[in-house]
Amino acid sequence: MILVGVWYVAALSACALAALAAVLGPARGRPALVGTITVGAGALAAVAGVAAMGGGGWQAWLPEVLPLAGVRLAIDPLSGVFIAVTGAVTSCAALYGVGYAKDGHGPAGRVTQAAVPLFVASMLLVPAAASVSTLLLTWELMAITSLLLVLAEHRRRAAVGEAALWYAVMTHLGLVAILSGLFAFAASAGGESFAQLRAAELSPAMRSAVFVATFVGFASKAGIVPLHVWLPRAHPEAPSHVSALMSAAMVNLGCYGILRVGLDLLGGGPAWWWLLVLAAGAVSALYGILHAVVAADLKRLLAYSTTENMGLVLIGLGAAGFFATAGFDALAGVALTAALLHVVNHAAFKTVLFLAAGSVLRATGTRDLDALGGLRTRMPYTTGLFAVGALCASALPPGNAFISEWLLLQSLIQSGSVSGLAGVVLMPLAVAVIALSAGLAVATFVKAFGVGFLARPRSPAAGAARESPPAMVGGMALAAGCCLALALAPVLIVPALTRPVLAVVAGTGVSARDLILAGGAGAISPTLIAAALVLAVGAVLALTRAVMVRRSRRVARLWDCGAGPMSARMEYTATSFAEPLQRVFDDVLAPENDVDVTPARESAYLVRRVAFHARVPDRIERRLYDPLLAVADDVGIRARRLANGSVHRYLAFGFCVLTGALVVLAVIE
Amino acid sequence: MAGVVLQVVLVGLGSPLLVGVMRQVRARLEGRAGAGIWQPWRDLRKLMRRQPITPAGTGWMFRAAPLLLPGTALVVASVVPLVTTASPLDGVADLFAVTALLTLGSVALALAGLDTGTAFGGMGASREVTVLALVEPTILLSVFALSVPAGSTNLGDIVTAAAEHPLSLISPVSLLAAVALVIVSIAETGRIPVDNPATHLELTMIHEAMTLEYAGLDLALIEWASAMRLSLLLGLLAGLFAPWGIATAGAGPLALLVAAVVIALKVTVLGGLLAASEVFMAKLRLFRIPELLAGSFLMALLAVAASYFLA
Amino acid sequence: MSLLRKIRKTGRVAEPAPERTLEDLPAAAQLRGSVQIRHVDAGSCNGCEVEIASAFGPVYDGERYGARLVASPRHADALLVTGPVTRNMASALRRTFEAVPEPRLVVALGDCARDCGVFAGAYGVAGAVRDVVPVDLEVPGCPPEPQVIIEALRRMTGR
Ligand code: SF4
Repeated sequence: MILVGVWYVAALSACALAALAAVLGPARGRPALVGTITVGAGALAAVAGVAAMGGGGWQAWLPEVLPLAGVRLAIDPLSGVFIAVTGAVTSCAALYGVGYAKDGHGPAGRVTQAAVPLFVASMLLVPAAASVSTLLLTWELMAITSLLLVLAEHRRRAAVGEAALWYAVMTHLGLVAILSGLFAFAASAGGESFAQLRAAELSPAMRSAVFVATFVGFASKAGIVPLHVWLPRAHPEAPSHVSALMSAAMVNLGCYGILRVGLDLLGGGPAWWWLLVLAAGAVSALYGILHAVVAADLKRLLAYSTTENMGLVLIGLGAAGFFATAGFDALAGVALTAALLHVVNHAAFKTVLFLAAGSVLRATGTRDLDALGGLRTRMPYTTGLFAVGALCASALPPGNAFISEWLLLQSLIQSGSVSGLAGVVLMPLAVAVIALSAGLAVATFVKAFGVGFLARPRSPAAGAARESPPAMVGGMALAAGCCLALALAPVLIVPALTRPVLAVVAGTGVSARDLILAGGAGAISPTLIAAALVLAVGAVLALTRAVMVRRSRRVARLWDCGAGPMSARMEYTATSFAEPLQRVFDDVLAPENDVDVTPARESAYLVRRVAFHARVPDRIERRLYDPLLAVADDVGIRARRLANGSVHRYLAFGFCVLTGALVVLAVIE
Repeated sequence: MAGVVLQVVLVGLGSPLLVGVMRQVRARLEGRAGAGIWQPWRDLRKLMRRQPITPAGTGWMFRAAPLLLPGTALVVASVVPLVTTASPLDGVADLFAVTALLTLGSVALALAGLDTGTAFGGMGASREVTVLALVEPTILLSVFALSVPAGSTNLGDIVTAAAEHPLSLISPVSLLAAVALVIVSIAETGRIPVDNPATHLELTMIHEAMTLEYAGLDLALIEWASAMRLSLLLGLLAGLFAPWGIATAGAGPLALLVAAVVIALKVTVLGGLLAASEVFMAKLRLFRIPELLAGSFLMALLAVAASYFLA
Repeated sequence: MSLLRKIRKTGRVAEPAPERTLEDLPAAAQLRGSVQIRHVDAGSCNGCEVEIASAFGPVYDGERYGARLVASPRHADALLVTGPVTRNMASALRRTFEAVPEPRLVVALGDCARDCGVFAGAYGVAGAVRDVVPVDLEVPGCPPEPQVIIEALRRMTGR
């Protein structure tokens, strides 16, 4: 259908227009102008994506745009899902950004304002790329624009620079992996368009090499352990609407890449590929949520939760690939539907959560949960909308993530029939991981919401918080509305995923009408659950009105054990809230505590000051990256000796390399 | 439909009686006379008439929890196969959904505990959520293990399948899952050795610490809901591991009545056993509880693994 | 197993409920057989506490009449105050009284609680319980015997 192309091109043009407006427009009202156009671009993209999911395809071949290779675009239903998600997230985040940029918060500068629509455009281009060079080009564009945005607040906080450095390095290492994988693929296929790649006949070893290389690259974008280290640094330091774009839209494209290359271009493969994906997903889910549950920084908590959710998506992808290679197409369909649904659901709730976190940050100037609290009365809208996001994120009904996790578990339950020892061992472990991460997610978001928003303010800054401007609330409300729609009417969304699923696996196991699995193996009605809940709560309310003798409520002071008013310092903080769980998972998290005791001058027994520091460092960063960085540093320092400034020496280097290369060539030929 | 109404009424009215029976069993074993099985109802009747209190500084979460907790329990009561396997809310009668709904109730109460902003409220919430975070995976896993043979997580289907193949109940899957589920049910309902419902010491509390600020009507609702959750979990255990006497779809009124009597008996016996075993145990230290729960998690995992191997 | 044998051998320790000699407390009529009690030690010598503990022990079994000690004044219908009210506890007692939902009962238990007992006139004593909060029921004795405590409880529970 031509319609998809029209909407899609319109969306891209709107992005370009927004970028242009940012560069040329007046400084006053720039955020409003750029934001409004970007909202429109997002909406257009969402429409294009939905139309593509409905079966409309679109292709374009622009040989002039890029010398030698040209730009090749194609939208199929699978791309449609990711385009639609990106579009919807963009609309919410851009609307929010209009308010966020007011009075000195968020980026209002020319470059950063222009980078947002360009970032969005690149995220819209990646799923539409239909050749290796186009994919790599748009991928890099996405990396650079997002890097610019991460750096937006580097003048305000020193941590921003460090975070951006980590992000830049990790994302480019990922690019190298993807690049080498896809170039090798294209070279052996004899062409670089996706159509040629699909048709290519490759040796199994080559296929595996391509898959592993691209998997590593895409997984690093999706924040999969152990390549996640940039994520808990970059997401908290970026401006909040950019965090939302990155966490809800950009990371998804990592999953898209795995899906596109693994299932579509390579057409499946041996079972171990997918068990690898599943295992990586399982480790990420657990590691991510464990760090989220102990994090005291609200945005860091959300970033780790992204790692967890991408892990869950990868479990779904892995299961889908595994089932597809084993020939169980219906099961693969269920698993893939679950994974895609989780991508959509995660995007919706993570947008709300990051935007709300930004709203809190703007109002209080802190992301530290230990210093928040009492926002319920001061920021009622933000609180309510964060509550919606938190309910969804904790995978409880009537939230949306409950549905996708339910579907994921359903696909694994049926997997008993898929023979193979690997499956029998790995599947129960995957189930255990999903179950454990579901439990810990509940704890994480009870902490985030209960400590961050309820009770009384734990710092003067939290006490002085004011509700955010209407545009920000509007952006959050839009995203929360999406959450609720997904939660209450998945019946509308799931059938729309049929075509995208069919694009890569041969069957769908979820019937179009309702959330009923093929063969009646499982059925659930989220709408009914929500209705029953409302009804039951209403019944309880009616019961209390009818049966019980009404007495007027009395407002009394908090029960303080008779000891006098309790100060905010006596409240439980996020750190103390998570302490029991931190203790339980002591061996995994390896928290660091140290106590500094400063004695008085007169005697060592008189204590003047006691300082207690507790932090939970990222162990993978400590154990894996720090030694690597140390080695790299070391090599760098040694290498200095090679370059001592003597021209003779440099000429000698040149000579040696040249002869060496000639010798190698001679031997090979 | 009639069966479900009967079931909800049975749970709603019978649960405080179950608590009464359990207290009475305990009292007798301790050589006391006991207050009689109607005492919880007397307590509730009185609490309904007492004045509810809104502590200064609390908000809508504090007010919502006493409604949500019994609300979720009632929804669960209308779908678990206690009296009948035929629920009109078939789209809710899923084991995962039931677990998640019970969790939702606990979460509401934990948030209410945090909302008070008192040290004990926060402490109770933190502990409750810690236990919950370890209990939920175990429940999910045991549920999963039980669903693999039936090929479905629909409660009605699982119970029907088990009733048709009673031999499957003595398989390792079923036994391991049963042990795991018993442990987590004890944890979820806050009984010894995880929590002591009769404690007066705030520092040893889990569940009670979150309800310290509630009075009157609110407290009545919470206690009623706690009783319902206890009987629901016991009923679920009875239904999953002794699925006999449960009426199926289209059963006549007599069959429903018989089923109601049977489930009441089963739950009472289970409750009595639970209460009796509590006399022989002391409460565990808080940081010993995760070990117990990790043990049950492992057992549930074994059950899942076994279900795959036997499938 | 030895515990089981012990339970079997011991049997029932609770003594049969004695005849009641005093009539119900009118203020407690609406409680109808269920009284939750929050105990406040306002400065007692702990003698009264020992007797309260035995009143709720197996032999006297205060719970059989529907009385129960609870952890929070919010859950309570009545305060059970022992000891003379010391200066440090006066405001705490007042706050505890405030925290109980209305209508609320106060039982002053022991001679100290009634009229400061042996501590009358002592430096740290602020007064008897009735000087600080309104008292509905007084139980004499130093310390009151468990039977007397039980009798007072039964006047509230009406059982
Ligand atoms: S009444 Fe007697 S036993 Fe009770 S506190 Fe006073 S001195 Fe101690």
